[in-house]
Amino acid sequence: MTKLNKDLNGDSSNSTNTLSTTEKISLSLKNRHRKEKRFKHIGLFSVLFGFLLVVILIGDITSKALPAFNQHWVKLDVNYQASWLNISDYSVQSPITKQMKKANYRNVLKKSLYQMFPDVSGRKDKRKLSKLLSSNAEFTLKNNLIAFPKLFEKKTQVWVKLDDDVDSYLKEAFPLGEAGLRIGQKQAQWLAQLIYNERVESRFNFSFFTASDSREPELAGIKGALMGTLLTMFVTLLLSFPLGVAGALYLEEFAPKNRLTDFIEININNLAAVPSIVFGLLGLAVIINLFGLPRSAPLVGGIVLTLMTLPTIIIASRAAIKAVPPSIREAALGLGASKMQVTFSHVLPQAMPGIITGAIIGVAQALGETAPLLMIGMVAFIVDVPSSIVDSATVLPVQIFLWADSPERAFLAKTSAAILVLLTLLLIINLSATMLRSKFEKK
Amino acid sequence: MNSSLLFFVLLCLTLFSYWFGMQRSLKVAGGAEHKKELTSLPQQFGLLTAMVCGLPALITLLIFNSGEHIVVEQLLTSTLPLKIQSLSTIDTGLYLNNIRAIANSETASEILQELSQSSDIKTQIQYKAALTLQELNQQAIWLKTALVLIIACVSVTVLVRKFSLTYPARQKSERIIRALLVTSSAVAILTTLGIVISVLFESIQFFKSVSPTEFMFGTQWSPQTAMRSDQVGGSGAFGAIPLFAGTMLITFIAMLLAIPVGLMIAIYLSQYASVKLRAFAKPMLEVLAGIPTVVYGFFAALTVAPVIRNLGESVGLSVASESALAAGLVMGTMIIPFVSSLSEDAISAVPNSLKEASLGMGATKSETVLKVLLPAALPGIVGAILLAVSRAIGETMIVVMAAGMAANLTANPLDSVTTVTVQIVTLLTGDQEFDSPKTLAAFALGLMLFITTLSLNVLALKVVRKYREQYD
Repeated sequence: MTKLNKDLNGDSSNSTNTLSTTEKISLSLKNRHRKEKRFKHIGLFSVLFGFLLVVILIGDITSKALPAFNQHWVKLDVNYQASWLNISDYSVQSPITKQMKKANYRNVLKKSLYQMFPDVSGRKDKRKLSKLLSSNAEFTLKNNLIAFPKLFEKKTQVWVKLDDDVDSYLKEAFPLGEAGLRIGQKQAQWLAQLIYNERVESRFNFSFFTASDSREPELAGIKGALMGTLLTMFVTLLLSFPLGVAGALYLEEFAPKNRLTDFIEININNLAAVPSIVFGLLGLAVIINLFGLPRSAPLVGGIVLTLMTLPTIIIASRAAIKAVPPSIREAALGLGASKMQVTFSHVLPQAMPGIITGAIIGVAQALGETAPLLMIGMVAFIVDVPSSIVDSATVLPVQIFLWADSPERAFLAKTSAAILVLLTLLLIINLSATMLRSKFEKK
Repeated sequence: MNSSLLFFVLLCLTLFSYWFGMQRSLKVAGGAEHKKELTSLPQQFGLLTAMVCGLPALITLLIFNSGEHIVVEQLLTSTLPLKIQSLSTIDTGLYLNNIRAIANSETASEILQELSQSSDIKTQIQYKAALTLQELNQQAIWLKTALVLIIACVSVTVLVRKFSLTYPARQKSERIIRALLVTSSAVAILTTLGIVISVLFESIQFFKSVSPTEFMFGTQWSPQTAMRSDQVGGSGAFGAIPLFAGTMLITFIAMLLAIPVGLMIAIYLSQYASVKLRAFAKPMLEVLAGIPTVVYGFFAALTVAPVIRNLGESVGLSVASESALAAGLVMGTMIIPFVSSLSEDAISAVPNSLKEASLGMGATKSETVLKVLLPAALPGIVGAILLAVSRAIGETMIVVMAAGMAANLTANPLDSVTTVTVQIVTLLTGDQEFDSPKTLAAFALGLMLFITTLSLNVLALKVVRKYREQYD
């Protein structure tokens, strides 16, 4: 078929004078339609390719994130023996509750563990055995005893977290008792024994949302980063919203048409396209080194992000202000209102929905920004949850960057989970912007 | 009082003066029933009073806070023994840091107790310096509190005394608001100015130790060696050509993906797609644009790079684990929606009459697109591509996470290359003193980046303006 067509085409070009235009067109029509179809398919394929990329990206991250929402715990038979705790004598002067805070829980943990596996001997094996548990297991025991002092000198059962390597191993679903990942043969067998005795349980990982950053993946959480993000966004919104709206109001309502105004306009448009990392350089050189504001603080991060989002907010606000019908201004002016009263009592309220939508989009952009914050030192390892805008802090995107760099396998899931949280936040913010827009558009 | 408490007090004072100004104006008028005799509303008197109370005091507070640490440091250094003053700036800085850490730590009193008991002269000096610092800080706080509160109170008193029936409170407050609006719109200029000055200033410092020609045309980049000043020939190598080449390579790969796909998406969505598909596809593609770059970086480093590596190895190619290809492809993905939405705008700006005329002449849709719409929309599309290139060049997180650190001068996309932005991040996120050529090099790179992206943006605007065909 194709060959025939080609022959016909060749024919038509060779013997131009023998065929009329209509005939030439009708001969080439099939070829042209085929091209049309191909072009259309390439277009459709491109759109589908775009969809595919979205699906792959979200799917890949979600599938990687799921393990982080669960954490394996193990039930231990703990014996709070006074001698193991190193509590020898207690009197009125040094009451038992005070002693409990200083007692040797690591010893209790180890001894209890060895009692559960009486056949484990040798220092090496014993160390391997205690490595099955998370490094904060002893604190779990401590908190348990302090919460229930009656357990002193008694046997009880306590759930503690398993180590992140063990956790990853269990999530990968290796056959019971076989070595894999960073789990040796012996450890695998002990684990199999624990599972057989129904002592291992997978629970929802609440500490991912209630804990701060940690070197141990099973203990690390995003609370600190979320708090840092919240504080930084607070500063950003507090500064960029009034500044942006005021700037837009001036340019739209008051500014005379002159060189200076043109210059400001060009400036704003160019700033919107400056790479974000350059704002980080500005923050480092001017805000930190010149003005001496503290490094790593949400205050500095907020200022840098303000400068970055300001053009977005100004551009969006100007569009919203421009959309207010002139009749409203003229009516107010005609009744004797001053220019300022017209602007603040009539134009601004009318433009508010559009301005707020623009501000939300600006904040969403700031929320995902990482590079400028690296420059101003928000990349430090910070364990404390920040409580004010001058505390050292990190933000969610930077936390993702930090975790993505960590060698521990379990951080892979943590990173993906943090990404999911960030994407959810962005989704909520963008949806609220869309809803706001559609709500006011109907009016 | 510390700054945040002071700020809060000032806020309360401002609110109070609003009320106070209102009451005073009513008193001037002779009671609420006579308020019509005032030329401005009592609220306007209140607003003016509040602004006069808050603004000068707030500006004072900001200036004081930004200058405070420099003055305190100067005063502290002048009390130190000459021996320490004559140290190099870096060593003095370290010494001062040490004292600051002692004076500001939570257990300062305990540490000072300990220091005071020591007989060592050095510790004695430290002890005295820390005490002086604490004293200076205390004085600064008192001075600040007094200054701010006095300014606030005095300015209100002076203003309120002037109140009369004909006092133009509204005009005055509107003038202040107007000034505030002008200042806000000037922030954009100040930001640009700040960027240019700070980056330029540090770059000039850098070019004092490394010649601009070496920086622009050198092919060796190894800033790490410059850490040690006692090293023989230890100025490191600051030839930025490998960085520019690496940036170009990754940008090129990204564009190779983003331009055709983005353009075809724009054509399909604007010419072929049904309303339903459009309504679904646009937000779907906006998702790609809304995803933070750090997420793309993670995806590139942990998903795409291993896949490319495995694919390459299965056909017997050696692929670097941080290949330019992975970073470039993911960056291209990020830019697709950018290209497609800008090109779609350009295509839909072409008048419908052109399209209809072409279709009416019997051209197929694809012929219309390729021979009529695209040529007409070309300036807009070229502008979009230039903006996309500028974005790719300035993109940071994807390359920081997925491209390498090694400055290889290569055109092989399977090799590891480094980019300008990666080096800026690497040079500035370590612990090093601020004045070494290594950190200054980051600012020189930042200057290059700023100039490049700025000229691309200006060029894009020029192209769109100059070559746009006027159909009306």
